[in-house]
Amino acid sequence: MEWVNAVVQGLFLGGSYALLACGLSLMFGVMKIVNLAHGALAVVAAYLALSLIEHTGMPAFATLLVVVPVFAVVGYAMQRGLLNRALKFGELSPLLVTFGLAVIIANGLQQLWSADSQAIKIGALSTASFQPGADLSVGLFPLLTLVVAVVVISAIQLFLARTRTGRAMRATRDDGDAARLMGIDDRHLYGVAAAIAVATVALAGVFLGMSTQFTPTYGDLVLIFAFEAVIIGGLGSLWGTLLGGLVLGIAQTVGAQLNPADGILAGHLVFLAILLLKPSGLFPKAVPA
Amino acid sequence: MTDLATSKKVPTAATSIRVRRGSRGSLAGGGALVVVVVLMAAVVPYNVSLGTLTNLVGLFALIILGTTWNLLAGYGGLVSIGQQGFIGAGGYACVYLANQFGLSPVLGVLLAGVVCAVLAYPTSFLLFRLVGGYFAIGTWVVAEVFKLVTTQFHALGGGSGLSLTAFQGVDQATRIGQVYWLALALAVAVVVATWLLMRSRWGLGLTALRDDPTAAAGLGVAVRRSQRIVYVVASAAAGLAGALIAVNALRVTPDSIYSVSYAAFMIFIVVIGGIGSIEGPILGAVIFYALQQWLQDNGVIYLIVLGVVAILAVLTAPRGLWGLLSGGGRVEFFPVGHRVRTSEREPGGVGPAEAAADGAPSR
Repeated sequence: MEWVNAVVQGLFLGGSYALLACGLSLMFGVMKIVNLAHGALAVVAAYLALSLIEHTGMPAFATLLVVVPVFAVVGYAMQRGLLNRALKFGELSPLLVTFGLAVIIANGLQQLWSADSQAIKIGALSTASFQPGADLSVGLFPLLTLVVAVVVISAIQLFLARTRTGRAMRATRDDGDAARLMGIDDRHLYGVAAAIAVATVALAGVFLGMSTQFTPTYGDLVLIFAFEAVIIGGLGSLWGTLLGGLVLGIAQTVGAQLNPADGILAGHLVFLAILLLKPSGLFPKAVPA
Repeated sequence: MTDLATSKKVPTAATSIRVRRGSRGSLAGGGALVVVVVLMAAVVPYNVSLGTLTNLVGLFALIILGTTWNLLAGYGGLVSIGQQGFIGAGGYACVYLANQFGLSPVLGVLLAGVVCAVLAYPTSFLLFRLVGGYFAIGTWVVAEVFKLVTTQFHALGGGSGLSLTAFQGVDQATRIGQVYWLALALAVAVVVATWLLMRSRWGLGLTALRDDPTAAAGLGVAVRRSQRIVYVVASAAAGLAGALIAVNALRVTPDSIYSVSYAAFMIFIVVIGGIGSIEGPILGAVIFYALQQWLQDNGVIYLIVLGVVAILAVLTAPRGLWGLLSGGGRVEFFPVGHRVRTSEREPGGVGPAEAAADGAPSR
């Protein structure tokens, strides 16, 4: 029974990884940028929410109304101001720029907040749970995170499939030159994609801050987990990313069940095994993203 | 293409074309560097404190790391943020071998390089399934796996690390002197080896790879194999650097020797100094070291400053500081390219014109 419990807990842990990973997946899908500052941005969002709560007394969930729009603007500005420029110098440059950003953010946070770990308090919700079966306990907050992840991924999927801007994004991804000839402004479009991606990572970051303790360098792990979710699921597929997040979460909790200290290592090993055996991921482009 | 190695004259009717390597600038610059190395070896150790010598070992490790990270990213097109995996493996290998088998630390450092080359070869087959940014994060995952696996072994001290015992009973000045000269010798060896490598036919292939991988493949450069060799060589060198860091600190702990900060150091050194040149990373390492020493009392400010400068460098000076100083590759201390000089004989011709064959980067 404890194994079933480990799998169920892993599923919900995976929900938070999927939420963290979908922005990474979207930015790679649309503009072939791997944003190495992705994890650092999630952590900044958590710190921003924390300071809003401390300074204005805002309820924890209300901070999302501020943090998410602010990060959408940050994402747009980052893309237009830095990354569009970097793209002109080839594919390595955005990597170097986003890595630089990640280092600046992590060390800046350390200067501002010290290296002590922090958490966003959400009161009773953090421990609330229900028992769907004997020996099986499901936390309400992890369930909420998983639901939010599914909703966000569905929304992005619908946006890409149904709206005019979403179509333009897919067109630009498939053939940038042809899309430009059709009058699509790819610089603005990339900005919009980055805005969505960074908004989702802000949402994910605040949820992360509510579920666990974080430090200025916590973004490193976040980036690694998000990346593993993307690769396990298969590049270019948002539903694959969701599945990848769940697989990673289960690998970690089942690994921790075997030996409490080895959860993260188990996740890495599952990732490497999939890279070895099925490098296209478990769910390659099953749904056109 | 190997025939171009020496300068030769190809006379034509109107112009005479000479192909040559290097210039008076190269001779002067190279000569100056030789003088610096001789001073570092023969004068500096007797005139500075032991603490400064220990710090300088750190600088030499950074030169090794910068030079070989540049080989990876600047020539091989492989951006790795996981070389700390090999720094850590090298550090642990050196300390473990020296403690366990009573090897001299010098031998331990060299063996650490071998261990890392052996680790890097199979790793490359796994990682080379990823490209670009995903390769970058993949290298980081591998480094994390190395770290987590290291902490599994009691013989390696688990989470608390290992202390180097091989130097017990050796006088402090002798020990620091040995490590200093070893580090200097290895830094010089790595730079000279890189230079000779880049002058070879194989280096020409790498330079082509740097400028355009598709065209290079079309011209017969074995892209994948070249990248694999570069990865193994750079990882072996990271192992040497890690071993130097370990014998310098007399201790390895998983969190510090496998720290992702080393990836940041390497990237900043190469991007600020000048990616895709041999001189750039050396310059970058010196700047990095100076800034680190100067700002170290202010915590991690130097990393923020370097991050900003690195981003500016990527966006405004993609060839880094060396690219600016050398006028886009016209001055080379380590001449690798070939240059065509034509002398116009017609009246009104504009003197000797220079065209770089492959010395000046084309990106």
